[in-house]
Amino acid sequence: MKIAITSQGNSLESLIDQRFGRCAYFVVYDTESRAMEYIPNPNREVEEGAGPASVQLVASRNISKIISGEFGMKIKPLLDSLNIQMIVVKNPNKTIHEIIEMLNH
Amino acid sequence: MIDPEEIKIAIASGKGGTGKTLIATNLFYSLYTNGNSTTLIDCDAEEPNAKIFFNGELNKTIPVTQKVPFIDVDRCTFCGKCHEYCSYNAIFILPPVKIIQVMEDLCHGCGACLIACKEGAITEKDVLLGNVNSYRINPLARLVEGRTGIGIFSPVPVIKAALKEGRTDQITIMDAPPGTSCPFIQTVVSADYVILVTEPTPFGLSDLKQSVETLRIMNKTFGVIINRSGIGNLDVYNYLRDENIDLLLEIPYDRMIASLYSSGILIAQKTISWQEQLLAMMNTIKAYHASSCYQR
Repeated sequence: MKIAITSQGNSLESLIDQRFGRCAYFVVYDTESRAMEYIPNPNREVEEGAGPASVQLVASRNISKIISGEFGMKIKPLLDSLNIQMIVVKNPNKTIHEIIEMLNH
Repeated sequence: MIDPEEIKIAIASGKGGTGKTLIATNLFYSLYTNGNSTTLIDCDAEEPNAKIFFNGELNKTIPVTQKVPFIDVDRCTFCGKCHEYCSYNAIFILPPVKIIQVMEDLCHGCGACLIACKEGAITEKDVLLGNVNSYRINPLARLVEGRTGIGIFSPVPVIKAALKEGRTDQITIMDAPPGTSCPFIQTVVSADYVILVTEPTPFGLSDLKQSVETLRIMNKTFGVIINRSGIGNLDVYNYLRDENIDLLLEIPYDRMIASLYSSGILIAQKTISWQEQLLAMMNTIKAYHASSCYQR
């Protein structure tokens, strides 16, 4: 299963990015192979529609879950229809490493 | 030559709740009560409330719509061209799983996706954005109100439609929405004169400065009304003096005004001096306008 995590940087020690659509990076983590991919978010500075464009980006990687600080109104129905689960982590001090540890236990 | 009697005045402010509608409704009342043909356009289309103060007969409702694409999924080849053409991320597409969806809230109705689609899979449908209501208050007075639908992201198309419906060759008062963003710009752009209503507080001053800077870029003539004078400090007065901006009127901080307003009663109807003050201000504005007309 693949999971996308919004990240402020491109390392394991980076903190979770609290914003979904305009996060700095997406970390795509594969729970089976434990492979990781860091994708710089091209929608970070777009004027409108960062949320749906970011859903399109991560959904094309076949992910089943997204972990972020918050999700906007426009994308909730979209993620529901794609069967992608939203997981909210409200603690802004969590690193990507810590989140992956949580997933593995 | 432009007729100086044909004047459009926008009443705006940066900060909300400074008294735009208080001034707009009382000025409107004072003008028509004293024999001037006047149209009031409530451009605060996200929450119009000028009508509360008047009895009038609704004589027209115009729906405001926008075109959005409708995609025939059976004809779609998932080529992605429409998504590529869209500047607003309003088309969501996942070709591998054959999902395509229009995000109607993001669509600006530009029609680029229709041109992009070579398969004829995209047609257009109308989406209701709101209504423009036109009321006849009396033979001299008309009130036009823009009312944006709930959940609609931008009131601008409804404001445009209200301004078009309210078009007249007499006096027009436009009650602008707060702020200095697109809805404000859309309202003041057609004005001959802008009245900025503020209050003598740090917040009032901060937003007044933003409005002044915006109006100067737009090359608009404007003056300021200070409402709730007596509260706060003198910074707004100092700013007006330093910037050489006309102070049109001061309204004292007065419980009676708040009390009448909150009951939906026009102060100018109760207090003749209000009518006189507002009409005197109107004459000052008309004189500015006339001199600028002759200069052209």
